[in-house]
Amino acid sequence: MTTATPSPRAKLRPADRIFSGATVVAGSLILAALAAVAVFLLAQSIPAFVVDPAEIKGSPATFWDYVAPVAFGTVWSAALALLLALPLSLGIALFISHFAPRRIAQGLGYIIDLLAAVPSVVFGLWGIKILAPAVVPLYTWLVENLGWFPLFTPPVSGTGRTILTVAIVLAVMIIPIITAICREVFLQTPVLHEEAALALGATRWEMIQMAVLPFGRPGIISAAMLGLGRALGETMVVAMVLSPAFLISFVLTGSQNSPTIAGNIALNFPEAYGVNVNALIATGLILFIITLVINSIARFVINRRKAFSGAN
Amino acid sequence: MTATATTNAGIANALTSGRLPAWVPWGLLAGSWAASGAVFALMAAATGTEFSLVLAIFVGTILFDVLIFVVAYLVEGIRQAKNRLVTSLVATAFIIALLPLVSLLGTVLVNGLARFDLTYFTYSMRNVVGEGGGALHAIIGTLEMTGMAALISIPVGLLTAIYLVEYGTGPLARAITFFVDVMTGIPSIVAGLFAFAFFALLTGDPGIRFGFGGSVALSLLMVPVVVRSSEEMLKLVPNELREAAYALGVPKWLTILKVVIPTSIAGITTGITLAIARVIGETAPLLIIAGYTTNMNYDLFSDRMMSLPVFVYNQFAQPGTDAQPYLDRAWAGALTLILIVMALNLAARLIARIFSPKLGR
Repeated sequence: MTTATPSPRAKLRPADRIFSGATVVAGSLILAALAAVAVFLLAQSIPAFVVDPAEIKGSPATFWDYVAPVAFGTVWSAALALLLALPLSLGIALFISHFAPRRIAQGLGYIIDLLAAVPSVVFGLWGIKILAPAVVPLYTWLVENLGWFPLFTPPVSGTGRTILTVAIVLAVMIIPIITAICREVFLQTPVLHEEAALALGATRWEMIQMAVLPFGRPGIISAAMLGLGRALGETMVVAMVLSPAFLISFVLTGSQNSPTIAGNIALNFPEAYGVNVNALIATGLILFIITLVINSIARFVINRRKAFSGAN
Repeated sequence: MTATATTNAGIANALTSGRLPAWVPWGLLAGSWAASGAVFALMAAATGTEFSLVLAIFVGTILFDVLIFVVAYLVEGIRQAKNRLVTSLVATAFIIALLPLVSLLGTVLVNGLARFDLTYFTYSMRNVVGEGGGALHAIIGTLEMTGMAALISIPVGLLTAIYLVEYGTGPLARAITFFVDVMTGIPSIVAGLFAFAFFALLTGDPGIRFGFGGSVALSLLMVPVVVRSSEEMLKLVPNELREAAYALGVPKWLTILKVVIPTSIAGITTGITLAIARVIGETAPLLIIAGYTTNMNYDLFSDRMMSLPVFVYNQFAQPGTDAQPYLDRAWAGALTLILIVMALNLAARLIARIFSPKLGR
């Protein structure tokens, strides 16, 4: 110990600098990419906002008249899909986490994950060729018997290519996402809470009502929002299955359906030219902002819960 | 329990009296399925329509849910009845989710095999009208674009994961974690639009279509998946290993390269394989930026490039006068896609199982 300053800090080698610098650059690159997405979409959308709207396909009165039907269709189809998928996903998640025998529970989880592995274009092909013809009798029945109800206003679609069919396929596609997150959250329920409920004589369902669901509520909400985000942006199923018309319509079983932003882009982009390209990119920017906001809220809820749940 | 109760017949067993025997739910389920199957078979025979197994199972399961509630209510009381109803409902939810999966895999297999032949994998669609032709150009395009996307995403994703686990603490790390999570939810078509907007401005070509743009769009979707899975795997490496390396005087970067990464390489590879499986089926971004063509194109940096998902979509969306050969090709493409994705998923699980280090003593 002849040196006077026993430095506790490790010597900084050039290789260390380079390596840690590279990791920082990579991380920042991701943030830059996300920012670039917003900037470049915005840059390419500006012509659509300033140009005479008569030049856009369909000659709408204003640009927002062009956006309104697709924005409505996007939200409407995604909301329907979520409505169908959420109860099913909750049931599946509960089944895997609390009802199925432990030994096969993981295998059942893999089976549900298989649904997530199927490419969306295959879902689209299945939706148009198998599901749409199969649901026509059901739709006919609904319209004949419940036609007075605004959602089932006649005439019925003869092909089954309606927004409800799209919502069913979308629901199948988002079930694995919602299920996976709900399952994780349900499994994190403190075992002591569950055992306490059971020891007081609760049935398994009462235990789930008392211990599992209250604990998992934030997780369920954010899982639903992530599923909603996925349904909002899903493209190929809508492009292939839906028979679109440029209007705002709540009817579930008719042949005149509001298009969605993503489906509209996929159908029209390959042949678009001039300002129409910019108009489509502008709708894409709107979709990006909607999903970004929804995902941010969902992640914020999940992250906050992670910190304060006391489960970890 | 039931056995004891029946052998001691006459003596009321407080634990089992007023409870349904264990076989009753299963018996009811089998009975409901049989009854619904019989009704639908009769209806199919009467009207001459095809017997729908999916519908029969669905209705039978619903019938079971009602039956079990009523039976349990009569024998066991309302609390147990509710419990049994919920149990059967969650099982029903699982079965309902299985129905589309089974139907989808079944139809893709049946319809896809019609054109799942040698021609399909050795010919492109150049000058093909009607029957014949294949998807070689699409398969080459998919492999090249996904490969390039992996080349971009793996270094960026892995380095970011290393930053988050080994270096990052401040607001930058928090921001990256948050936005990587948010990025996993970016609609794939927006990634395609971004690549288009970016390269259209960069090159000044307002109708740009080329393969590398597709790779960029795919990597935008792939990076967050790689980051998240690698991060999880790096976190699993025990701190003792790092500390042991530091104690021997090994610099931090060498510790990461020689100790941390080799320990977690199996998990990282699994995550990367799953990320590839996720993007290889993406259609929308490639439709936007890579376009479609009937020709072979090996060059990522010029001209339109076909990919397998876009091929499926295109064969479906733009059939010729006789649509059947086009549909057959679409189904065969769907089957190929599913096989590729399943193979990747299986490979990922095998890698995780075989190469994961044995941490236990």
